[in-house]
Amino acid sequence: MFDEDKKFDAIVIGSGISGGWAAKELCEKGLKVLVLERGRDVKHLKDYPTALKNPWDFKYGGRMSREYLLKNPLITKTYAVNQSTTHFFIEDEDHPYIQKKPFDWIRGYQVGGRSLTWGRACQRWSNYEFEAPAKHGYGIKWPIDYKDIAPWYSHVENFIGVCGNKDGVEAMPDGEFLPPFDFNCVEKHLSDKISEHYPDRYMVQGRWAQLTEPKKIHLDQGRGKCLARNLCMRGCPYGGYFSSVSSTLPWAAETGNLTIRPHSVVHSILYDNETGKASGVKVIDSNSGEETIFNARIIFVNASALNTNLILLNSRSQRFPNGLGNDNGLLGKHICFHIYRANASAAIDGFEDKYYYGRNPTDTILANFRNLGKKDKDFFGGYTTFCGAYRASTTGVPDGEPQLGANFKHALSEPGEWRVYMYMQGETIPKITNQVYLSPDKKDKWGIPLLVTDVAYDENDEKMIEDFLQESREMLQKAGCKDIVTADNKQSPGLDIHEMGGARMGKDPKTSLLNQWNQLHLCKNVFVTDGACMTSTGNQSPSILYMALTARAAGYAAEEFKKGNL
Amino acid sequence: MDRREALKITSIFLGGTIIGSGYFISGCALDEASGEFLSEAEIHFLNEVGETILPETKRSPGAKAANVGAFMHTFVRDCYSPEEQEIFKAGIEKLNHRAKAAYSANFIDVQPEQKFKLLVKIDQEAEKANLHYFTMFKQLSILGYFTSRPGATQALRYNPVPGEFIGCIPYQEGDKAFAGRV
Repeated sequence: MFDEDKKFDAIVIGSGISGGWAAKELCEKGLKVLVLERGRDVKHLKDYPTALKNPWDFKYGGRMSREYLLKNPLITKTYAVNQSTTHFFIEDEDHPYIQKKPFDWIRGYQVGGRSLTWGRACQRWSNYEFEAPAKHGYGIKWPIDYKDIAPWYSHVENFIGVCGNKDGVEAMPDGEFLPPFDFNCVEKHLSDKISEHYPDRYMVQGRWAQLTEPKKIHLDQGRGKCLARNLCMRGCPYGGYFSSVSSTLPWAAETGNLTIRPHSVVHSILYDNETGKASGVKVIDSNSGEETIFNARIIFVNASALNTNLILLNSRSQRFPNGLGNDNGLLGKHICFHIYRANASAAIDGFEDKYYYGRNPTDTILANFRNLGKKDKDFFGGYTTFCGAYRASTTGVPDGEPQLGANFKHALSEPGEWRVYMYMQGETIPKITNQVYLSPDKKDKWGIPLLVTDVAYDENDEKMIEDFLQESREMLQKAGCKDIVTADNKQSPGLDIHEMGGARMGKDPKTSLLNQWNQLHLCKNVFVTDGACMTSTGNQSPSILYMALTARAAGYAAEEFKKGNL
Repeated sequence: MDRREALKITSIFLGGTIIGSGYFISGCALDEASGEFLSEAEIHFLNEVGETILPETKRSPGAKAANVGAFMHTFVRDCYSPEEQEIFKAGIEKLNHRAKAAYSANFIDVQPEQKFKLLVKIDQEAEKANLHYFTMFKQLSILGYFTSRPGATQALRYNPVPGEFIGCIPYQEGDKAFAGRV
């Protein structure tokens, strides 16, 4: 039972990938921590209802019912939603928002948040990415650089378990890796051909949050080896991949310092004029509708980038009429994301006598090769390319033969041709015109203003997509592929599920909301360490950077707390 | 790796999109009160169609053993639009007409080789048509069969817990594919 009278040193808003880390680090440092989660509770193992289901246990062969699709045109756009994962995603009508321009906001409201269903790619940023925005003039200077965050990357990698190879690629620094997943034979071929034709391009094994060879620290978390099922998004019964639910939250709970309160929708953060600090958090119980205020000396906001913006914007007081810490009016601005629009696929001859065993949960990665240190293209930023190869399903027998019957069935029972794919993850430019703000009149069922998204692609994005389409085609040609198809799916921003910014970090309070420790410049006991803090997007998958920033900020917060500064 | 599934679904090499996975044109919802969508006899009929497309062989059971008729029933009822449902249902009648015209009997009563011959012909017609009932029968037979227990475990090699990933193993023609990719 939740004890309403319990006192807390710190409140963490959100239990996803960064909130879990805030909880773990603060609890380990001896602080009493309350984690507020707007969704229901999810417990490791117990709440993975589909984890052990077989293909025939899903009555539509993995597809969705028409009723579900009609009810959920938004959430079913993501690749991650299917019959086996719907319980980890919201339903559209429960959580409205206003799209001034098309923006697909994909959410998962439960303990663990989207860490249950994340993509799990864990490449480090290089210093190129930290430096580029200020150096090339498309953003402000990050208040930290690679050497500030590198030890925290190590700290996180060691705990969550990241597989990968030490490749010595400058654009994608090495980390503390468990053994990588194998290349299959076509991936090896592709990697070799790319090296041969492009001495400055590196296609390497994925760096992924999978326990290929668990160490004591992972076994101590109750997690075990990744068994190559590639059904991660259902929740892993072996703890083979990292999520808050399998790792940081139970670890924090072990300290005896953690309280998690599900069904707690945060309305706002309360500001105390006298102390000049935030005093607590106003919460609405999603079951009873009851309002409660929780007080603490430290508040970590980890509600996921856009919800963090919403909460801060809605935290209005006499001192901060436009949202907490928002004197410069930049809160909610400079929203950015990753470009996932373009992909390439092809077939490749040969290798018919080769196959692979098991289901690889990782992609191979072609490190960014654009605008490294100097701007060498007509666009800013770079892109990471995820790639891989697999044997496709056979779809029939040779033309002219009957496409049904015994031979047809046997053909379909055998692996088909080798297919190769590439897809981009591109940097976007933080712009003041890409923004979120509160609806002046529309509210949700708890009386909280709806968020308006006003975010779109720009010319830089289009140029980068063009470059990817051209380069991916050329690389596949040089690797000896055939039937190459490149495509721009024109998907809306948001569907990348990498929303970032709105409360960016920076040295100058005039141009940023957060300092180098992720504290609000103007309200020092509030820390924002989820995607909202991002000064720029880089081209790497962001989650591990959020985790590293969170651990770093939480360490600082705990020290300051003990010194009596917070 | 998971994101690539999205690429695969839109890939033209998968023989096109599965009918019923879109949600165009809203029509009247199916009247649940009118009882089951298809009769037992119709499900039996669909199993016979499925068995002709994917027959039992020495190597593996056929579509009937996987009860693809029942799978089609559920899928068409819950995933198809009313327009698609109409085409599907009318297809049962149409196929019987074709059987009668060719062999003076209902489809299920004609000889297996006659069924095969007839469906090969209709399959070729369906290739050229837009939203043909036989495309529906065939797609759902394949999807239902290869995701069924007999299909996944006997026509394919199904290993729920591979235990590890080995990047490169030899393959000999005739070796079954690993399940989990449909």
